[in-house]
This record gives sequence, C-alpha cells and structure tokens, in this order.
Amino acid sequence: MSPVPAVSLAAAPHGFLSPTGVEIAFLLVGLVTFGAALVTVTTRQLVHAALWLVVALGGLAVEYLLLTAEFIAWVQVLIYVGSVVVLLLFGLMLTKAPIGRSPDADSGNRWAALAVAVAAAGALVWVVVDAFRATWIDLDGPAAGTTAVTGQSLFRHWVLPFEALSVLLLAALVGAIVLSRKAKADAEPNTGPTSDPNAGPVTATAPAATRTTPTATPGAPTATATTPAAPPGDQEGAR
Amino acid sequence: MTTTTLAVLVPLLPFLGAVAGLLLGRTAPGFVRPLAVLPPLAALVLAALVAARQGGGTVIEAHTELTPTGSVPVELALDIDGFAALVAVLVAFVATCVQIYSTGYLRDDPRYPSYAALVSLFTSAMLLVVYSGDLVVLLVGWEVMGICSYFLVGHYWETPEARAASLKAFLVTKLGDVPFLIGLFALGTDAGSFRVTRVLGTVASGGLDHPTVIALLLLAGVAGKSAQFPLHTWLPDAMAGPTPVSALIHAATMVAAGVYFVARLLPVFEASGAAMVVLAVMAAVTMAGSALAALAQDDIKRVLAYSTIGQLGYMTGALAVGDRGAAVFHLLSHGAFKALLFLAAGVVIHAAGTNSLAAMSRMRGLRDRVSDAYWTMTVALLALAAIPPFSGFFSKESVLGAAEHALDGRAPHVPGAAGWIVLVAGLATALLTAAYATRLWLLAFRGKGAEAPDHGRQPLTMTVVLWVLAVPSLAFGGFAYRSLPGWFDGHALTPTLLTSILGTGLAAVGGLLTYGAWQRTSPLAARSPLGAVAAHPEGDAGLVEAEAIATHTPAYGDIAGAPDPADPGRLLLGRLHRHAAAGFHLDALYAALFVRPVQAAAGLVRFLDREVVDTYVSAAAALPRLLGAAVRRAQTGNVQTYVSALLAGTVVLAVAVVLVATGA
Amino acid sequence: MHLAYPAVLSALLFCVGLYGVLARRNAILVLMSVELMLNAVNLNLVAFDVWLSRTARDTLHSGQALTLFTIAVAAAEIGIGLAIVLAVYRNRGTSDIDRLRDTAEGPDGPDGEHPDTPAAEKAEATA
Repeated sequence: MSPVPAVSLAAAPHGFLSPTGVEIAFLLVGLVTFGAALVTVTTRQLVHAALWLVVALGGLAVEYLLLTAEFIAWVQVLIYVGSVVVLLLFGLMLTKAPIGRSPDADSGNRWAALAVAVAAAGALVWVVVDAFRATWIDLDGPAAGTTAVTGQSLFRHWVLPFEALSVLLLAALVGAIVLSRKAKADAEPNTGPTSDPNAGPVTATAPAATRTTPTATPGAPTATATTPAAPPGDQEGAR
Repeated sequence: MTTTTLAVLVPLLPFLGAVAGLLLGRTAPGFVRPLAVLPPLAALVLAALVAARQGGGTVIEAHTELTPTGSVPVELALDIDGFAALVAVLVAFVATCVQIYSTGYLRDDPRYPSYAALVSLFTSAMLLVVYSGDLVVLLVGWEVMGICSYFLVGHYWETPEARAASLKAFLVTKLGDVPFLIGLFALGTDAGSFRVTRVLGTVASGGLDHPTVIALLLLAGVAGKSAQFPLHTWLPDAMAGPTPVSALIHAATMVAAGVYFVARLLPVFEASGAAMVVLAVMAAVTMAGSALAALAQDDIKRVLAYSTIGQLGYMTGALAVGDRGAAVFHLLSHGAFKALLFLAAGVVIHAAGTNSLAAMSRMRGLRDRVSDAYWTMTVALLALAAIPPFSGFFSKESVLGAAEHALDGRAPHVPGAAGWIVLVAGLATALLTAAYATRLWLLAFRGKGAEAPDHGRQPLTMTVVLWVLAVPSLAFGGFAYRSLPGWFDGHALTPTLLTSILGTGLAAVGGLLTYGAWQRTSPLAARSPLGAVAAHPEGDAGLVEAEAIATHTPAYGDIAGAPDPADPGRLLLGRLHRHAAAGFHLDALYAALFVRPVQAAAGLVRFLDREVVDTYVSAAAALPRLLGAAVRRAQTGNVQTYVSALLAGTVVLAVAVVLVATGA
Repeated sequence: MHLAYPAVLSALLFCVGLYGVLARRNAILVLMSVELMLNAVNLNLVAFDVWLSRTARDTLHSGQALTLFTIAVAAAEIGIGLAIVLAVYRNRGTSDIDRLRDTAEGPDGPDGEHPDTPAAEKAEATA
C-alpha cells in the first residue's frame, strides 16, 4: 500500500460528496446488481435464482461498459447471460429441481455461512476502502477496453496463454462428455460426432471458442441424461 | 580306535539313536525297536572297552575348546578315571536292560517311539555327565536329564497323577538346580576354570576362597537330583511313570548323578567341615526317614522308591565320611539290584493287575504265576537287605566300615561327628531296610485268599532281563570288593568284622520281627476284603500299570497307603504308620510353606495386574478414544461445514496479517 | 471515477457469492454462487486494468486479458461442474450437498457408509 499516498495526492481534488454522472450511474446499477445477487443466493425458488443471476450478470456487463471495457461487456453478455445461465437452467431441470418455492433451499449451515460472509465482507470492505479511498480512475480520453485495443493486446502479448486456454477448453469438453455419459453407453456412436464439430472451432478464435464450447457442453448432458428415463433404443427420438 | 574316540562315542551313540528314533518314529515304525536297543548296547560294549583299557590306571584326559567363551573358558573335555569308567558301564548296562525290557513292557503303546528315543537321550545325557571333564558340559547333561525325566515320568499323561508327578519332579529338581548353577559359577570363578582337574588342583593347593558356601550351594543341586532330604519328595510321586522309567531314572542313573557328582568333587566338600556335617545329617535323616516311610507304603513301587532314597542316603553317608570308593561301590551294586527290583515289580504288577500290596496279600499263587520275577526279586531283596553273600552286603558294609573308620577322626578332613551320625543312622536303617524288604516279599508272594488272576505269560524280553540283572545282584559284591580299590582311591572295601556282625544281625532282627508281625496280622486279611480289578487284563504291562496307578486313590483312598489291618508294617510302626505313609507330611508342609504363599502372592499379583495396572492401561487407551470420538464429531461429511471453517480461518488470518502489516 | 466504487461492489458481490456457496443446499445453486464470485473478481480486474492503463501507462492490458481468460475458465468450470452434478444425481438420486456425506465418520468406526447407503440404493432402484 505504499503507492497509495502518492496516487491519493494526485487525486486529491475529487471528493465523494460531489459525484460525477458516471459515478451516479455506476452506483445505481451497482445497487441493482448487488440486490439481484442477494436475491439469487437467498430466494427459495430455484429457477428464480437463475433468472436473478441473469439480472446480476447483466448489471455487471453495464458496469463494464461504464468502465469503458466494452469488449468485456459484450463477452459477458454473450457467455454468461447467453450460455452459462442457460446451462444452469438445463442443469436445474435435469436434476428435477422443484418448480416453485422449496422450503429447504438453504442448508443448516446458513447461519455459519452468514457469519463468515459478513465477516469477510467487513474485512474486505474495510481493507479496500482503507487502501483505495482516494484513488481516481480517469475515464476520459481513449477508451481502455475497445475491441481494437483488447484484440491488439490479446494477440500481441497474450497469444501463448490464449492458445493454452483453448487446450484447456478442449480438455474440459472431453471431460464433461466422459463424466456425463453412462458407463454402459460406451458403444454409443453419437457422442463422438456431436463433440467433434465443436472441438474444431475451439482453436480458431477466442469469441468463437468461448461461445461455442458452453453451448456444446449441454449437448452431452442432455443426450446422456435422458437415458435413465428412456431405454437406449429411444435415445434418437429423445434427442 | 583310540580310547578317546571310543569314549566320545559312548555318549554320542545313544544321542544319535534318540535323534534317529524321533525322526523315524512315525515314518518307519520297523526301525524303532532296533534303534532303541542297539545304541545303548553298542554304548555298553564301548564303555566296557574303555573301562578295560583304563583299568583303574592313569586318568584318560582329552579336551578341545570349541569356541572362546570369555573369562572362564568352557571346554569339551573328557576326564575318565576309574569311577567314571565303571559308572558308565553301569549306566549303559541298566539302560540296555531297560530298553530291552521296554520293548515287551510297552509293546502296544502308541507313544513307544518317542518314549524309546527319550530313554536313549536320557542315557546319553547321563553318560555325558559321567564322562565330562568340564563342569558346564556336565551341567548340560544334568539339565537334559531333568527335562527327559519330566517327559518320561509324564508318559501316562492321561492320568492326573502322572501330570502332577512330572511337574513336581521337574520343579523340585530345578529348585535344587538354581543354587547348583550358582555354586558351579562360584567354583569356576574361584578356580579360574570349569575343568574338573583344575578345580581339584585349586582345591588341593588351598586356593578355594569360599569352600563352605560353594559346597552348600552344590549340595542343594545334589539333594534335588539324588532325592535327598529335604528335596526327595518328587521321587515317590515319580513312580507314576512307567516301571522301566522308574528303573532307569530313579534307581540307577539320574539319582546316581548327584552322588557321582559329589564323589567326583569330594575334595571340594572336604575343604569344608561344615559341609561334611550337613551332608552327614542329610544322609542320616534321609536314610532313617525313608526307611520308615517305606515300611508304610502300599504301592509296591513306592516302597521301592523310598528304598531308593534310603540307599542313596547310604551313598551320601559314605561321601560324608570321605570314602567315595564305598559310595560308588554301593552305587554300582545298588544300580544293579534296584533296577532288578523295579523291573520285577513291573512284572508282578502286570500279573496281579494291581500295584497295591494289600490286594496282592489277598491273592494266592502269585509267585507261581511269575516264578521268574519271584526268584529274581527274592535275590534282589536279599541284596537290598544286605544279607551275605549278596552284593548289597559288601557295598553296604563298606559304607558302614568307612563310617566306623571315621569315628575317631582317623579319616582326614572328616569330623568325627559325621562318622557317628552316619554309623548310627546306617545301622538303624539296616534294621528297617530288612523289615520293609521282608514285608514286601511276604505281602507280594505269600498272599492267602482267592487265586491270582491269570493275565498271561510275560514276554520273554521282560523275564530274560530279570535273570541278566540277577547275576550282578547276586555276585557282583563278592567278586568286586577286592579288585575295586584298584579302580578307586585305594581304600580297602573289605567288610570289617564288627560292622558286619552288627549290620547283618540287625538285618536279621528286622526280618524276623516283620515275619512275626506278619504271622499275627495275616489272619486278619480274610476278615477285611480289599482288592482291585484290572480293567484290561489282556493289555500290555504298561496299560495295566497305568490303570493301576490311576485307580489306586479311588480304590484305597490314598496314593500311598491302604486301610489294611493285615499289614505287618501297621503293627510294627504303631501310631507312626499314618505319618510314615504320608511321607511324614513333608508334602503338606511344603504346600503350607511354599505353595500357598506363592499362590497367594500370585493372586495378589493377578489382582494388582488386573485391577491396578490394567486401569492405567485402559485409561491410557480410553482417554485418546474419548478425544478421538470428540474430534470425530467434527467429521460430519458436510462439505459446506468444512469450507465454512476454512474460510472463517482465512478471514481471521487475513485480518491478522493486515493488522500486523499496518502496525496496528 | 473513484476506484473505491467498483472495488467495494466487487467485494460485496464476492461475499454474497461466498454466502451462497456456504448456505445453498442445491449443488447447482452453489455453482451459481461460484459464478457470482468469479464475476466479482472480473469486475475487480477490469476496474484496476482501466485505472492502471491510465496512471501507470500500462499497455499490456493484463487485467482485461485475464478477465477474458477467467470467463473462459468459468465456462469450462460450469460445464465440468454440471457434468459432475449430473453424474452425482444419477448415482445418488439427489444433488443436495449436505446429503453427500461419504466422508463422514460413523458412530462406530471409520467406515461411515451408512448415511448414504439408503440413498444409493434408492438411486439404483430408480435407475
């Protein structure tokens, strides 16, 4: 925290009592996001939780936009709101999660969890506020997160990790398929072809890879998760 | 072959026979009997050869050190003088007779192979004791004999008497062996060697520092092994073993080991006058007490057992007056006639189907059924009673003569008191010995009443051995008393006139008294019927004997005595009879003095162990178990609980780190 | 804009996600909470990247690149996580975290099979 005094000297003119417009917008959206997140972890209706999660993640995307990181914002919308939440909803349905209020959505651990969470929040907020009380982000000038800037830095400085990440995604894909298919369905010919078209584009581009892999992964659970309900012969029709 | 090689083979052959018998006993039953008989026979021939070559001349010595054994060296040493040569011949002779006899006596016994092997091992151990010139090697043979006697006395381990007797024999002899071991170590330390010759050399030069302590310690072991008062109580009970075992172990070999040992190391004992007096008192008490007890026994073998103790008392008496020649002379002649007595008693027990003299006295014609045993036993009893010209007369007179010689301190190193004690006790015992010998003979062979049952002829192997043994019982003493001094120390063994007349006269008085008493009491026999039935008269002699031993207590109320008013011993002893039958209550005394305190101490230790020590142990186990159960409760399997604890700890640590970093 | 705003928001979101992870019974809801925590971290990364690219002339944009990576990793994580949850559900007939207590210490010995054996049998029966 040694650099903090130097920066705070530079940011001295800005006070908390005279917020800019961006700050007001950020605060309001932040409140909505926080509220949505709270509802997500407390609601008794499981599907509602997923939907409130959409609100929270969408709110975060708006925050990214306010921080001039537009590319991240769109990726956030596409992947989280578009696919992860859909995936979670699929998961809820596949595990026969109850529709409507379920009284036992929280485990008996909730008071301990609350205590830990409040303590952690107190500690984190205290430390963060203490450290960055006077730090100012200058949002004027050229945007820091446009697609051009991000693309340039990504493919100039981050190519190798990026490619390694594609391998990780491939591994996750294969792992998800292996995990979710039934042990007796080894000879099933369909799992191979469904995963192959998705495995190819993974290495192509980042948005394509990140977008297609999550959508591909529900394919495997759906295909195999129906097998308990239906005999093996009916799988084609189920899909 | 050199004499040394022959001498080494003497103990080695029975040992190899025992090993081969144990290995082949189950797989090749046909070899068991040759393997049992031939090695002792070969050992007998070799021992006789060694004795002939030694001839009472120079001592045969040979030694080799197998491995360095520290400060006091232990060597494999041979040391054969005239005593060793002759005693080895006796041991091999009796062992051969016993092995031949056993082939008939235990012909149907399923455990015969191990029995024969143990007898061979026993013989080998005794021969090792006899020939060994090193005290530690001697101790090895000594202890092997102890364990073999344990197994052999317990041969009929189905009966509780045999089990108890074998344990008693082992424990009592071991009780003596512990001081014996300490005494040997003290002797070896004082002399700087365990070699007999060096020990004797040290004694001769007066280099022994603690002669009395060493002699008394050694005496304890000798008393245990040679069944001397007060450690003699195992010997009568050991009659629960088979008769050939009694003949071998408890007449001629094992009990002779103690006497032989003292004879070997007599200068050590002579170095301490106190030890000689103790030896004399021990001998006197043993002699007189055992003769009285023998007069009251009902079991024919227990009579013989007590007579063995008494005759061993004569030998220790001879040693106490410093004449080892007389002691070993009596050992040799006694070995022959006592083995004969035991073996003949085995035949009698088989024929009568009982071991009770009371029952035998109610049988007519037993002597015709077993005429061989009758004649040979008569010879042996005459030898026992020391009637001239039987061998027992000469050997016993040599003992009494030696005592008389020591009376006025003419013998060096021997206190005159020892001579008096031995002479008086020996003369009294001579009377009593004749009395119980006569009683045994009258009750066993002069019975009146029902016809003795016909249990078939004894095997030839059993009867031939009796006649073989009868020869030395009859003639050994008369022929040997002149030549033996050449083998021994050179003391004359010729009977002196005074003691001969006294001893023989007293023996005659004892015999006549008993005959008179028997004349008065025998008519009572018809009025009080007593008797036992052999359950399996067609079985071999060993089976009959085992059953007779097992049924004696239920049939007659006591292992030793019988409520028989026709017993002349009862008349002779009067009120003493009851105590004599019980061995003067020495066993009860030991039970009160040692067994019960030990049992009480064991109970206390058991209590301390179970209730006190175990409490600490179980508490040491219970506390961690309790803690473990408490900790186990945290192991709920709920992952969220675990993560909660983990994150709470993380928060605490993070806050702590921040506080430390900011210096708060 | 004050850096404290996104930083505090991110801290709060993180703790909300933390609460969800610790308190929710359904495994899928736990996964949602994990997503919330990841997003809180993402917000932090973006905010600090924007700040540093101005004040420290950082042209590497490591914060934004890491955000993208985190998103990708989160996507992989959610796929694998859901597959695991489905496998568990098929095996045990439930996706409630507090009923998966195979590692629990039994009352007698270390082999704490009993709490879940009925559930496993039920799963076998329904399958």
